[in-house]
Amino acid sequence: MALDKQQIAQRIAQELQNGWYVNLGIGIPTLVANYIPEGIEVEFQSENGILGMGPFPIDGTEDADLINAGKQTITALPGAVYFDSATSFAMIRGQHVQLTVLGAMEVSETGDIANWKIPGKMVKGMGGAMDLVASADNIIVAMMHTNRAGESKLLTSCSLPLTGVGCVKKIVTNLAVLEIVKGGFKLLERAPGVSVEEIKAATDGNLVIEGEIPEMKL
Amino acid sequence: MNKTVANVEQACEGIQDGMTLMLGGFGLCGIPENSISELVKKNVTGLTCISNNAGVDDFGLGLLLQKKQIKKMISSYVGENDEFERQMLSGELEVDLIPQGSLAERCRAGGAGIPAFFTPAGYGTEVAEGKEVREFNGKPHILETALTADFAIVKAWKGDAAGNLVFKGTARNFNPMMAMAGKITIAEVEELVELGELDPNEIHTPGIFVQRIFQGKGYEKRIEQRTVRPKN
Repeated sequence: MALDKQQIAQRIAQELQNGWYVNLGIGIPTLVANYIPEGIEVEFQSENGILGMGPFPIDGTEDADLINAGKQTITALPGAVYFDSATSFAMIRGQHVQLTVLGAMEVSETGDIANWKIPGKMVKGMGGAMDLVASADNIIVAMMHTNRAGESKLLTSCSLPLTGVGCVKKIVTNLAVLEIVKGGFKLLERAPGVSVEEIKAATDGNLVIEGEIPEMKL
Repeated sequence: MNKTVANVEQACEGIQDGMTLMLGGFGLCGIPENSISELVKKNVTGLTCISNNAGVDDFGLGLLLQKKQIKKMISSYVGENDEFERQMLSGELEVDLIPQGSLAERCRAGGAGIPAFFTPAGYGTEVAEGKEVREFNGKPHILETALTADFAIVKAWKGDAAGNLVFKGTARNFNPMMAMAGKITIAEVEELVELGELDPNEIHTPGIFVQRIFQGKGYEKRIEQRTVRPKN
């Protein structure tokens, strides 16, 4: 069975390491916060200006002056801090944030990412994504393996305008966990019950397969 | 120094057609609501607006877009506004989309007397087109130039007559850098307090960056994405 969005988030949460500062993008990445493994302490940064972001507020306590980068109402945990946008991106560009998780429309086998624009159709802007991908040491992309038309989102090269070049390290999709290596997308894990053949068929870019590919453990 | 003005009309005096404005806020959080309403009322047109977002269809900068008062937007993300997208795709509105961190730093640089800086953000993308590329520590960077504005309009939680400002929560966002980068900076505050009431240790924006300050009123503080957990 292919993973659902919650399970993709759950798998990505296994990558978290104690003491990390983490920036989660909008969509599936936001869900990662729900699956922090036991014994692991991380702090979430949202680029609009908070470190120590907590869960959504209890109904009736929401505060218009306290939102995340997705404009959702949030809470602040004890020890949280607010700051301006220049300071926020100093944290990001200065590589003080250890992990960035974000969504994508396309990823290339050399680690290029496209997630901000479909020419002539959708122009929402890049927000903080270009700063995040240009600087983060560790970038995980969370996305579905194929788009709504059933076409692969893992390509030889991106067809959409790029967000960043050669920056993606790891990809977790509904079908697989993959790593960007010299020869392309290295298959690390399969979703439970999904075959290597199915992943091959859903991947346009070069897939590197070495030995037995284990199933993900969730 | 007393920088207090009586009302929003006085605060916005001198804003004219064709000017470049900076407006603080992230989404609808920390936007200068009173001043935006005044700009609608004044009906100034041909504006270049530097703001992270463009509001929503019926609030924030969306109100100026509806009346076609904006000629050009310089923003990082404009996804919540259908009228914006329509005007942009039809070519009525000029749009310069720039990475959020570069936008923040360009405003900061403008206020800090730094004409330009190199950043890795946007290298290899259309953002880099026509910009100087230079390698530092083996990594390519692009040259981004400072931004300034005829008027910067910011919103703070508290302020005093000296122009000192304190922001609340994530409503701080772009406001401090934009305050630095305005030739004239207007601050509207929820609470105008007596001189001495703000703890100098805890002021976010020093008054030197602010030329006019006034007590705002009737803040709607609209929430874009109300996300909550159930009570039990």
